[in-house]
Amino acid sequence: MSINLLRLFGGRNASAPVARERLQILLAHERGLLGQSDLLATLREEILAVVGKHVVLDPDKVIVKLDRGKNVSTLEVDIEVPNNFDKSKAAERRMAG
Amino acid sequence: MAKVLVVTSGKGGVGKTTTTAALGAALAQSGQSVVVVDFDVGLRNLDLVMGAERRVVFDLINVVQGVAKLPQALIRDKRLENLWLLPASQTRDKDALTDEGVGRVIDELRSRFDWILCDSPAGIERGATLAMRYADEAIIVTNPEVSSVRDSDRIIGMLDSKTVRAERGERVEKHVLITRYDPARAARGEMLTIEDILEILATPLLGIIPESQDVLKASNVGTPVTLNNADSAPARAYVDASRRLMGEEVAMVVPLERKSFMNRLLGRRAA
Repeated sequence: MSINLLRLFGGRNASAPVARERLQILLAHERGLLGQSDLLATLREEILAVVGKHVVLDPDKVIVKLDRGKNVSTLEVDIEVPNNFDKSKAAERRMAG
Repeated sequence: MAKVLVVTSGKGGVGKTTTTAALGAALAQSGQSVVVVDFDVGLRNLDLVMGAERRVVFDLINVVQGVAKLPQALIRDKRLENLWLLPASQTRDKDALTDEGVGRVIDELRSRFDWILCDSPAGIERGATLAMRYADEAIIVTNPEVSSVRDSDRIIGMLDSKTVRAERGERVEKHVLITRYDPARAARGEMLTIEDILEILATPLLGIIPESQDVLKASNVGTPVTLNNADSAPARAYVDASRRLMGEEVAMVVPLERKSFMNRLLGRRAA
């Protein structure tokens, strides 16, 4: 009787909220995986364009990575630039100006 | 203008074939010309649910491969004169279907019918992708249960990327149809709620079909549930859904538990 009363008033036996939460977490992850390759390619391209405006760089040395953690994910952007990058780009701008 | 509608789900056993038959019959009853097409090559069942299993001569694959002409393969329903069935092949496998061949058959069907309902096989393989390939609209049949919702989410992603419409930058209009909804379990908090499902899938609701013995009874005798017992709860829910497909505004009815309050208090179960 008491168990049934608990159920009646939405008691502890309700498993639907657990189902909902598990699904939300899982699907957020799965949707990410499916869309991921496109997203990373777009990010890489746009980062390359922005940084390339000010710095001379080799497109092959731009690495964009997404690591999914349990609580947060990390977007890692690794750009290798030559040592005199600031001087060469500044010189280019002076020539143009 | 003809509309191609795919009935899909990812997961098996959620009610795609029941839904295709029930909605096809409901649309036909309101005067539309309808063809229901079985894409489940090798495991056809729409013929059985429609009660036409003994009348199959040619099938979709025969038409795709040019062995038979479309009118030879189409089977007219015995109860409704503007309802037709294009059965799947039982002996061939899915590889016999080609994208180009299916496109040709769908084009020909478009010129003959108002509605083309494609009953998708379960899964995400060739049969399922070809069933949705030329769709203008999609019904995603979902049970209030985690694995079904997960698979529906996957199918929604495919509808948004692998259909001809998606490739042209257009949209496939999507609807979620919740089937096997059990009001008693919902009241006890044992089943995902309608709100949960819609929020997770972010797709509008076409209807809620309650779990019912009438669905099994209808398939036993080979009659779409909307024709077999028009007064039953699932039949009424399917008819409402068909009216929404035709653009009518019909108030959504959430199936309620039939148990009395006293029974509930005493913990008696309905089923």
